Amino acid sequence: MATEQLVLSRPRSQSETITHYCPGCSHGVVHRLVAEAVDGLGLRERAVLVAPVGCAVFAYNYFDFDGCEAAHGRAPAVATGIKRCRPDLFVFTYQGDGDLAAIGTAEIVHAAARGERISVVFVNNAVYGMTGGQMAPTTLAGQRTTSSPTGRDIARAGSPIRVCEMLATLDGPAYIARVSVHNPGAIRKAGAAIRRAFACQVADLGFSLVEVLGTCPTNWGLGPSEALRWLEENMTPHYPLGEFKVIEGVAGL
Amino acid sequence: MTSYEQSRVLMKGNEAFAEGAIRAGCDAYFGYPITPQTELLEYMARRMPELGRVFVQAESEVAAIYMVMGAAASGARAMTSSSSPGISLKQEGISYLAGNELPAVIVNVMRGGPGLGNVAPAQGDYFQATRGGGHGVYRTIVLAPASVQEALDLTALAFDLADRYRTPVMVLADGSVGQTMEPVVLKEYQRPQDLPPKDWAIGSCAGRMKRTLHSIGLEPEVLAEWNQRLQEKYARIREREVRWDGYGLEDAQLAVIAFGTSARVSLTAVRLAREAGLPIGLLRPVTLFPFPDREVADLAARVNGILVVEMNEGQMLEDVRRVAGSNCRVRFFGRLGGVVPAPEDVVSALWAFWEEVR
Repeated sequence: MATEQLVLSRPRSQSETITHYCPGCSHGVVHRLVAEAVDGLGLRERAVLVAPVGCAVFAYNYFDFDGCEAAHGRAPAVATGIKRCRPDLFVFTYQGDGDLAAIGTAEIVHAAARGERISVVFVNNAVYGMTGGQMAPTTLAGQRTTSSPTGRDIARAGSPIRVCEMLATLDGPAYIARVSVHNPGAIRKAGAAIRRAFACQVADLGFSLVEVLGTCPTNWGLGPSEALRWLEENMTPHYPLGEFKVIEGVAGL
Repeated sequence: MTSYEQSRVLMKGNEAFAEGAIRAGCDAYFGYPITPQTELLEYMARRMPELGRVFVQAESEVAAIYMVMGAAASGARAMTSSSSPGISLKQEGISYLAGNELPAVIVNVMRGGPGLGNVAPAQGDYFQATRGGGHGVYRTIVLAPASVQEALDLTALAFDLADRYRTPVMVLADGSVGQTMEPVVLKEYQRPQDLPPKDWAIGSCAGRMKRTLHSIGLEPEVLAEWNQRLQEKYARIREREVRWDGYGLEDAQLAVIAFGTSARVSLTAVRLAREAGLPIGLLRPVTLFPFPDREVADLAARVNGILVVEMNEGQMLEDVRRVAGSNCRVRFFGRLGGVVPAPEDVVSALWAFWEEVR
């Protein structure tokens, strides 16, 4: 008689709500990694998510713990307000590249500079997704979008911003890393980095941020598998993966 | 020495806003320097950490209002302050506070505008404050102190109103109220017993369903219902929270309506004119939203004329005209650009008006 053994289940912190994300979008994978990290560290009952404006605007619906919205770019400020009043909570923001690296640049830089005890999951897919594929601050040189129809002209629009490298120059962050979710190996490393970033907050070491390179098949005009290949071939050369800031005390987490 | 005298201290308006907030149990303050309100931020920078409470100097007025939003979402009594240009920057956040139904206190120590303007006292933000100020369908309660004592008392009241109605409350002062030093009586703050519990605040979901705070309603019908609920709240506020002050109105045939520093100047003018035999009184709205519609309408029905005095081009004037209708003549006396009117100028305007309406 055959016996069944449960080897994988939905993380406790992930709600059963069906997401609104497009087929092949990386947000689903990243959400799961976040939920696994929250569960793994036993943080669900004191976790608070601050959701962005962008494709992840409904992120609070996909997790089974408290959450709130923020205006476009302001999630780090909202998270600061929550964390300063309730240091016992685990507070993190989930932001896209338009939200964090364009309109919210001041908030992310200063939250990092203050060493705010919050964690940031920053999903970089090189495009504004929710509004239909416009040029983002992280859009690659030459990349075509609806607002750079002939490709991003770096002479006019500048070069794509490397957020991790920029923030790593500050003293406030405890941990800054860039990961990707383009294949199973990368996903495993991404999960470990997110867990480490969250553990930094629990250990009260400082600000932590993980940039996750993700796909946007819909706005890139590619199939899901093609999009994963495009990410690996085009994004990782400009956005090298790795840890950019690991202060003393983080290594043991 | 009586205990009354012991509790009397000399204080600057900007310090009184801060002290009023601290006495009302403000848990968290987030601000950014701007003249003429900076002493408020400095007072909080010194006192809040001493009391073990939260103080953060934000990177901008925009960040400060969203820190307030986060603090309020966690159930804290939260506050920010600024002056006109900085308040413009906060308006998106105030709209989010209204949409999320989050209680918070915002102090605006108004200065001359538009643009960079100057740092002199002005009242040009009346429209912005009383019509909502940011995007979408909402209002904020607006309290208008005319003295340092009121700067203290109304800031404390603002926290209670914010919690009672789950709404942002603005204390709308001008640079003169902020910069003036006057004796104030420090009273013991009593938190009302009947404030609703903050059973909506986010935090730990242990032992309960998760909570989510947001203002999004993609379905028009859903958002319409939400809007309607806010409108019902504003109707309750209009019904219950009108505050105003009067002087010499009982036998008045002519009235001045003014708020804040304009009312302070007008009170002196009204006293001088009464001494000289003019049958005149003063009505001073303390709440600008809700505006004292009924009181102004009653007044308009029994006086010959109303002179509205403001340090702008005539903004509250529109509310007075809206309510007074054709019941009496309404005239305006204003000063622009941060000029504070002299009582003698108001007296002259009153005599000229009296000749017209007697």
